[in-house]
Amino acid sequence: MTTQAHEEPRSTRTLVRWQRVVLYAVLIAFAIFYLIPVYVLIVTGMKSFAEVNLYRMWDLPSGLHFDSYAKAWFGSEAEGFRGLNVNFMNSVYLTVPATIISAMWGSINGYILTKWKFRGSGVLFPLLLFGMFIPYQSILIPLVQTLQKISIFGVKLYGSIPGLIVAHVIYGIPITTLIFRNYYANVPTELIEAARIDGANIFSVYRHVLFPLSLPGFVVVMIWQFTSIWNDFLFAVTITSNPATQPITVGLNNLAGSYIVEWNVQMAGALIAALPTLLVYIFLGRFFMRGLMAGSLKG
Amino acid sequence: MRRLNWERVVSILLISPAAIATAIFVYGFIGWTAYASLTKWDKLFPDFTLVGLSNYRKLFANQRFQIDLRNTVVFTVLFLISCLLIGFLLAFLLDQRIKGEGIFRSIYLFPMSISFIVTGVVWRWLLNPGSPEMGSTGVNLLFDMVGLGFLKTGWYTDPKIGIMAVAIAATWQMSGYTMAMYLAGLRAIPDELREAARVDGASELQIVRHILLPLLRPVTLSAVIVLGHISLKIYDLIVAMTGPGIGFSTDVPAYFMWDTTFRGNHFSRGAAIAIILLLMVAVLVVPYLVHSIRAEAEL
Repeated sequence: MTTQAHEEPRSTRTLVRWQRVVLYAVLIAFAIFYLIPVYVLIVTGMKSFAEVNLYRMWDLPSGLHFDSYAKAWFGSEAEGFRGLNVNFMNSVYLTVPATIISAMWGSINGYILTKWKFRGSGVLFPLLLFGMFIPYQSILIPLVQTLQKISIFGVKLYGSIPGLIVAHVIYGIPITTLIFRNYYANVPTELIEAARIDGANIFSVYRHVLFPLSLPGFVVVMIWQFTSIWNDFLFAVTITSNPATQPITVGLNNLAGSYIVEWNVQMAGALIAALPTLLVYIFLGRFFMRGLMAGSLKG
Repeated sequence: MRRLNWERVVSILLISPAAIATAIFVYGFIGWTAYASLTKWDKLFPDFTLVGLSNYRKLFANQRFQIDLRNTVVFTVLFLISCLLIGFLLAFLLDQRIKGEGIFRSIYLFPMSISFIVTGVVWRWLLNPGSPEMGSTGVNLLFDMVGLGFLKTGWYTDPKIGIMAVAIAATWQMSGYTMAMYLAGLRAIPDELREAARVDGASELQIVRHILLPLLRPVTLSAVIVLGHISLKIYDLIVAMTGPGIGFSTDVPAYFMWDTTFRGNHFSRGAAIAIILLLMVAVLVVPYLVHSIRAEAEL
């Protein structure tokens, strides 16, 4: 009797331990699946030109070499291809202002839609939201035609970074408004009412009550916009046809599509293009998650 | 009372830029594209002579477009099933009080922060089959190294399974996101429910089937909507990884649209493809959008 009573928990425990080994094995196997491309990216980038060989792509490098990165970044005049440095900076000049503008705009929209509801605001919101899901192909032709006709400060929008900023800010309205609306919906109305009793108006309520509370909302929105604008290809390739104004995704695609560029240089270029958003993910992953969840409309 | 009035006006003024921009750049542009799809516009210079639905008729008779539609269906099914299965499996395993859960989660999710162009470039080299003369490369080489040589295939160079290779890369990128959605859903299910079922003698598999999956149905629906609309719009990944492929084996409507519009200047045909894409996405998204707005209004 007593031995059996001792036996049973022990046997279940071993079974559970055995199950947990399998469990961790599966989790680790998947982790390897997700990390394989990273391994190849990093290892390939670190190999010297003498070592780089497509048929030995899984081998470890003999030492630290940054030849591939240098070539992907600066290009090669001898071989006749451009480096990604210009494209990288273009992406910075595009992403930073577009992210800030669309976050500000989304914050104002969210403020009005939650704290200044008007007749029809319940209809307006889903109408705004729809723009998030459309395939941009369905607005691409008119967008190009329109940007070709508009200039700001003498800069034609079509073919320029300002043109891309305009496109990203406008088509960013749905997601930025959605995130801020959900965020501000959780700010208690009593807080607003108390400020109004103290004589605050529509501007000062925003400035002194809501805006100071908005930092987490701004972080989520800005990470989301930064990532999606940095990673965008469709607008970039359609609106900018001149290599001097093309963002990094288009630059990388050109680099990878060229037969004269070695594959290790392409891999190094891919890592350069991925690095900014990867760093954001590594250091601000928590906020990145929140944006993702808002993106799935479950915020 | 008077103060309330000017603030009302200001609030409308503050939201109207977003409303007007959306009215023009989303709805107006969609209308413009729809109109263009009914015209004879077949070269760089616009020709708005109406031709009815003939662009659509020609399109559905076009062999490339038929292949594209079939590719989209195959891709969507493969991509959805693999993302949902992997996503649920990983979420379920991670929910078993795993040591280092945060690390696993970060590894599974990081591809989400990278652009499809980077993913495409990297996977194009990973799934490069190599050649019979020179030997295997990439994943095929890896198969050789671990004794799984029989799994070697031509990947995207094989017209029969080319689109599957693209789906593998897309799954690599998006399955972690599905995992995150399911994990959030699982965490929302109270532990008591599972405990009660265990006390009643239910096996883990029965708990998954009869308790977890039914309760996670809203998550599955959200995931299907999000992944489905990504898959219908997929463009960047195709550009960077394969292009249209041999015999259009990896071509999709979004690629055809860009190609025929901005390379071939067949604007009305491109517009027609764009409208078909929009309708496909709308069928998926609009009921969901209406449903979630209603559900929110009831709260």
